[in-house]
Amino acid sequence: MDNLLEIKNLHVSAGEKEILKGLNLKIYKGEVHVIMGPNGAGKSTLANVILNNPEYTRTSGDVFFEGDNINDLRTDERAKKGIFMSFQSPEEIPGISVQNFIKSAKVAVDGKPVRIFEYKKKLEQTMSDLNMNKEYSSRDLNVGFSGGEKKKNEILQMLMLEPKLAILDETDSGLDVDAIKTVSKGINMYHNNNNGVLIITHGTKILENLKVDYVHILVDGQIIKTSDGNLAKEIEKNGYESYKEVK
Amino acid sequence: MAKTQVDDINRSIYNIKNEDNYSFKMKKGLDESIVRQISKMKNEPKWMLECRLKGLEMFNKLDMPTWGPDLSCLNMDDISTYVRPKSNLNSSWNDVPEEIKNTFDLLGIPEAEKKSLAGVGAQYDSEVVYHSLQEDLLKKGVIYTDFETAVREHEEIVKEYFMKCVPAEDHKFVALHYAVWSGGSFVYVPKGVDVEIPLQSYFRLNSPESGQFEHTLIIVDEGANLHFIEGCSAPKYNKVNLHAGCVELFVKENARLRYSTIENWSKNMLNLNTKKVMVEKNGVIEWVTGSFGSRISMLYPMSILKGENAKMEYTGISFAGEGQNLDTGLKVVHGAKNTASVVSSKSISKSGGIATFRSNVIVAPEADGSKSNISCESLMLDDWSVSDTIPVSNIQTDDVEFSHEAKIGKISDEAIFYLMSRGLSEEEAKAMIVRGFASPISKELPVEYAAEMNNLINLELEGAIG
Repeated sequence: MDNLLEIKNLHVSAGEKEILKGLNLKIYKGEVHVIMGPNGAGKSTLANVILNNPEYTRTSGDVFFEGDNINDLRTDERAKKGIFMSFQSPEEIPGISVQNFIKSAKVAVDGKPVRIFEYKKKLEQTMSDLNMNKEYSSRDLNVGFSGGEKKKNEILQMLMLEPKLAILDETDSGLDVDAIKTVSKGINMYHNNNNGVLIITHGTKILENLKVDYVHILVDGQIIKTSDGNLAKEIEKNGYESYKEVK
Repeated sequence: MAKTQVDDINRSIYNIKNEDNYSFKMKKGLDESIVRQISKMKNEPKWMLECRLKGLEMFNKLDMPTWGPDLSCLNMDDISTYVRPKSNLNSSWNDVPEEIKNTFDLLGIPEAEKKSLAGVGAQYDSEVVYHSLQEDLLKKGVIYTDFETAVREHEEIVKEYFMKCVPAEDHKFVALHYAVWSGGSFVYVPKGVDVEIPLQSYFRLNSPESGQFEHTLIIVDEGANLHFIEGCSAPKYNKVNLHAGCVELFVKENARLRYSTIENWSKNMLNLNTKKVMVEKNGVIEWVTGSFGSRISMLYPMSILKGENAKMEYTGISFAGEGQNLDTGLKVVHGAKNTASVVSSKSISKSGGIATFRSNVIVAPEADGSKSNISCESLMLDDWSVSDTIPVSNIQTDDVEFSHEAKIGKISDEAIFYLMSRGLSEEEAKAMIVRGFASPISKELPVEYAAEMNNLINLELEGAIG
C-alpha cells in the first residue's frame, strides 16, 4: 500500500513548553486512523503541526508526505500537496462568502481554474448531502454560524477540495447527535482507497458508521498504544486512567 | 502580466508618466501677479478676479493648521499653480491629443463612459480636456460642464452659489484654492429631474511640482436626484505635488445626491481637499469615499443639515501604506429638527502607514429629534502601522440619539493560518481578509470602482511579490 503520512520521532514545542515528545505515526492510503487521549496530551498540536501552524515549533523529528520530507514546507504548500484540516474553532472571515472562499481555495489547491457551473452544482449537491441550507453559500465565511454549522462547513470544504489526507480536529465536539451523524456521513462520502483520514476525538459517536483501521492513544506527547477500532469503545467505557499509569 | 520586485508598490497604470508637455506652465510660487495672470488667461469677469484676490488675501492671513499631519514638506515657492495642457476642451475623444487620450484610455474612462456613465469630464493638469453629456439629459435642462464654461455661459447661477457653501475664510488651503482655482465641474440638475446614470469627472495631474485646484459646484434642485463620481490619480514624482480642490454642493428640498470619490493620488501628493454640502428639508446627501493614495491627506467632508428631516450618510474607506499619512473623517452640523447622520468608516494601515479618522458632530439647540450614528473600524496589518480615531461632538439639545462606536483590530495570525491551510499564500490570505473587511464599502461603490478598489488592495498587498 502507498505511504501517505509518516511522522518520525517528532518533538514539538509551543513557546518554552515541549508538547510532542517523540511521536511516531504512519498512515497509508485507504486507512482511517483515530487519535484519542486526555486533554492536554498534544492531540490538536499534532493536527496543527502537520499543517505547520506557526504557533508551534518543530524542534526535531521529521514529517513525510507521500515519501517527501515536508519539514520545510509552508502551510499553503502542504495544503497544495493534499493535506487538509477540519478546524476545532474555524475562523470567522467577514466579507468573504463561503462560495467564493471555497472557489479560491479550490483554485489554489488544484492549481487550475474551476469550471463555474460544475463547481456550483457540486457545491449545492454537497451542501444538501450535509443538510446545510444552501443560503449559507452566500453568507460570510463562518460569521454568525452556530458551532454545528461551522463544523459542517469544514466538512463541506473537505468534500469540495478533495485532499489526500483529511485531519479532523475534534470535529464532533460540541455537536448534537444529528450533526455528528451528518459529519460521519461526510467522512464516508469523502473516504476511499486513495485517501486517508485522521480523526482526533474524545467520543465514539462519530466512529459508529465508519470502518476504523487504527486507534492510537496519545498521552503526554507520545502514542502509547495502538490497536484496532475496538480500543475506542474500551476507552469510552474505562477512560484514560490506566494508560496514564502505564506511562 | 509578470510582476517583478520593485522598490515601490507596482501601481502600474496609475504611474504612467507622460512628458511634461504643457502649452503654458506658470512660474513657481504664489503672488498677486500670478493670480491676476491666471484670471486674465481665463478671460474672467471682474467679480471672479475679486474672489481670487480675496482668496489670496486670506491665504496670506491664515496660519497653517496647527493639528493633524506635519505639512512642513510643502513650500509654495516650489509649486506651479497653473499648468495648461497642450489641448483645448473637446467633445470627442478623437480630438484629444494622443498622449493624453492614451492616459485616460488606460484609466478606463472612455470605456466606462460607453458602459455606465451619462456624462464625463476629464481634466489633465489645470484644464478640462474632454466633456460630454447625454443628449436626453441636455434636453431635460441638466447642465454639466467644466467650470470655466460655467462661469462664461451660466454666470448668474455660478455667481449666486460660488463661495457660498465654502467661504475663503474656512482655512488656509481653501483660500489658496480660491486664489488659483482652475478646471473642475459644474452640475445643475433642474427640479424633479432624476439623473439615473452617474456623471463622472476624472482629474489627472501629470505635471511634476505643480498643483491641481479644480472647483466643483453641484446644485441638485428640489426633488431631483444625482449620482456624481469623481476619480483622481497622478504618477509618482520625487518632489511634492499639491491638490487643493474645493467641492461645493447644494441639495435642495426633497433632493438626493450621492457623491462618490475614488482617490488614488501618487505618494508624493499632498491632498488638502475641501468638500461641503448644504442640505435642505428632506434632502439626502450620501458621501461614498475611497482614499488610497497621497503622501498626506487631510479631508473631512462637511454636511450642513439645514432643513428638517435632512439626512447624511457617509461610507468611507482609507488605506494607508508605507510613507502615507491619511487623516480623514467628516463633520456634520445638525441644524434642524429630525435630521439624521449615519457614518460607516473603515481604515486599513500597513507598513508604517498612519490612518486617522476624525469625526465632529454638532447638534444645534433647535435640532430636536435628531439622530447621529457613527461607526468606525480599523484594521492594522502589522505592529508598526498606526490607526487612530478622534471623535468630537457638541450636542446642544437633550432630545437626540447619538452613538459612536470605534473598533481597532489587527489581522489575526489564526485567520491567516486558516486561509493558508486551504492553499492560499500568506499574501493572498491577507488580501482576502482585507477585501472582506472592505467589502461593505466596496458594495457601495459603482461596479468598476469596486473592482478598482479590490485591484488596489491586491496591488498594495501582493504587488511587490514576484
